Amino acid sequence: MLLIRCPYCEEERPELEFRHAGEAHLVRPGNIAEMSDEDFEGFFFIRQNPKGLVYERWRHVHGCARFFNAVRDTVSDKFVTTYKAGEKKPVIKGAAE
Amino acid sequence: MARSNEALRRPALEGRAASHAWVSVTPAAPASRLSLRTPADSVGAVSKALGFALPQKPKTSAQKNGRAALWLGPDEWLVIDESGSEISPALGKVKAFHSAVDVSHRNVGIVVSGPGAEATIAAGCPQDILLATFPVGACSRTVLGKIEIVLWRTGDTTFRVECWRSFSDYAFTFLSEAARDAAV
Repeated sequence: MLLIRCPYCEEERPELEFRHAGEAHLVRPGNIAEMSDEDFEGFFFIRQNPKGLVYERWRHVHGCARFFNAVRDTVSDKFVTTYKAGEKKPVIKGAAE
Repeated sequence: MARSNEALRRPALEGRAASHAWVSVTPAAPASRLSLRTPADSVGAVSKALGFALPQKPKTSAQKNGRAALWLGPDEWLVIDESGSEISPALGKVKAFHSAVDVSHRNVGIVVSGPGAEATIAAGCPQDILLATFPVGACSRTVLGKIEIVLWRTGDTTFRVECWRSFSDYAFTFLSEAARDAAV
């Protein structure tokens, strides 16, 4: 079982307590009503899904119930780091921008 | 047929108990409970009304006079009062912004006690609950088998499991089965 560090519980917890919540650092546009369909599709549906290091949102749903962000390697499933929601995106060598 | 005008209330786990050589599993006494959400700047006022300071560190609890507050999240606590007094009236007077929902009948408590208590809980809980990492007073929302529980260590060999009422049959049966296999 994977151990994932929750930045709010300040501890590594078993993966059964967590739920994946999609790509992190997506910015919701302020002018959704005026956007073209193509631009909206890009924001709403299109994700990077790179191989390797990815920035993701996770939720400690069966613990403190908070959302946080994580950097995970999709090849090895290793968590490089986790950090609180709203914190700056950390620069990780080898991660897709 | 005789009819009664009084509603008959039966606790969800009435009359159930499992006792083995190393561990016993019993329903906890009825208690009044509160789901408490409080932003950081209201913690002082709410603590004062409760009668003791809300714990601020993850996985910790605080208690006084039969009333306990369990840290569940950065702004979330489960308050359990076993002294028989209601908690809500005291908080009703607090002006500071907070949310307190009475969940006394939403939860059911189960007490797992004995030298095999750790092994019994560990049968379904993936967290590290050894005394060194989960000391007396530690508490956490976590998983037991297929359900979510709040686990609270009340003594060296005693745990309290809080689950939602509709899951209590599953939780109790799970713990009873696990207790059968628990050895030290």
